[in-house]
Amino acid sequence: MKTFAESNFPGRLIAVEGLDGSGKSTQIYLLKRWLEAEGIKVYFSEWNSSELVKSATSKGKKRELLTPTTFSLIHATDFADRYERHLVPLLRAGYIVLCDRYVFTAFARDVTRGCPAEWVRGNYSFACAPDLTMFFKADLEVSLNRILEGRPKLKFFEAGMDLRLSPDPYESFKIFQGRILEQYMAMSGEFDFVVMDANEAVEKQQVLVRKLVSEKIDLKKFKRRSPLPLPPSLLHDRDEKEELEDKAA
Amino acid sequence: MKKSHRFYGHGIPRVKPEDLGGRLIVVEGADGSGRSTQIAELVNWLETSGRPTVQVGLKRSTLVSEELEKAQDGNVLSRTTLSLFYATDFADQLGNIIIPALKAGFIVLADRYIYTLMARDLVRGMDEKWLKNLYGIAPVPDAVFYLSVEPEELVQRNLSKNATLDYWESGMDLGFSREVFDSFLKYQTAMGEAFRKMQKTYGFDIVDANRSVSAVNKELRKKIGAVLDGE
Repeated sequence: MKTFAESNFPGRLIAVEGLDGSGKSTQIYLLKRWLEAEGIKVYFSEWNSSELVKSATSKGKKRELLTPTTFSLIHATDFADRYERHLVPLLRAGYIVLCDRYVFTAFARDVTRGCPAEWVRGNYSFACAPDLTMFFKADLEVSLNRILEGRPKLKFFEAGMDLRLSPDPYESFKIFQGRILEQYMAMSGEFDFVVMDANEAVEKQQVLVRKLVSEKIDLKKFKRRSPLPLPPSLLHDRDEKEELEDKAA
Repeated sequence: MKKSHRFYGHGIPRVKPEDLGGRLIVVEGADGSGRSTQIAELVNWLETSGRPTVQVGLKRSTLVSEELEKAQDGNVLSRTTLSLFYATDFADQLGNIIIPALKAGFIVLADRYIYTLMARDLVRGMDEKWLKNLYGIAPVPDAVFYLSVEPEELVQRNLSKNATLDYWESGMDLGFSREVFDSFLKYQTAMGEAFRKMQKTYGFDIVDANRSVSAVNKELRKKIGAVLDGE
């Protein structure tokens, strides 16, 4: 699996991975805010968010229609849509693309659900590897507590209930997350994960995230050449305002 | 009835090939090849002779058929996405209809199968190895019939039925030609070639469907009869 840099894309892709409740989304959000403030061309993409596929996925989940195979394929479809329509053009245009979860989520989850690893990996083989993958590793108990405290109602697939691990959703969720973590750790070396200590304070982690990113990527190459143009509507408003001010003067 | 169906590749989780009895019969062919008419007659024939039969086809899944239709209408799908969307549609019918029916010893009649999906993608330049891995979930059918009709005849049949040529069946997304008539002929020729190439790997039975409905049906019944008797 070649990275985007190795495949001669002008842009760079940074991915965060980790269990639900590992704090990865907070970290990538803070990273995005920083890059934006630095005037860098940045785009954020989230797992399972393609407009096109979403309604099918949520229908499948709500009605508990999904098998391990269709669960895997529908997420691959979602990923392909985002990859081909957003990620590739943006990376060709020299953007820094931030992904909250990338193909490794599928590699870990779908294999835990019983799909053969080679099959899942083959299906995603059209995608390049991230230029930097940070894996947020919290103690399983910490992640579980964060999720279970905040959102007491667990969804069927989220809790891995389709695997019949336990009739109790909480128990099922714990076993399921434990198995996913094992899958992640097993591929950590192969895909050059930078393992982050997600038990640390959020601010402390973010300092490290920013350091890693600036070491890995020459950020000044990704700055916008000029400030973002204002949308025409705002431009118009400003002209009118200035005109009024002129008149008043 | 012999109990067992192999998969082309890895198969699907928690399904053992030895549990799959029944018979899986596939009819492939372009729109206008007479596929639907033939299948309707075959179902009629099989059911009257006391064989429990279920049908599957493309874009018929509960899970994604509506979304797939919508996305195709908007013409916003890129090729990998379209390919995976169809694979999801197939996998949904596989898990919810084909597998349970084969387990119960039914006959499954498929109105097109993975070969049409693969041919479409191959014509669009997708990687063959990638496709083979993807469709490694499919059980190997007991018989596959490809209804072969000359593109010139397909044009006539499609126009006399709908008075228009379908955007996707004409391969308009490929940019062969801006004119749908030319594009249809070129696309269907390319599809025919892709099928003939695949025939070498998958060994399906090419049926000359330029003939009358009853002549084609007679041949299909004879061949399917042989598959069902050879148990």
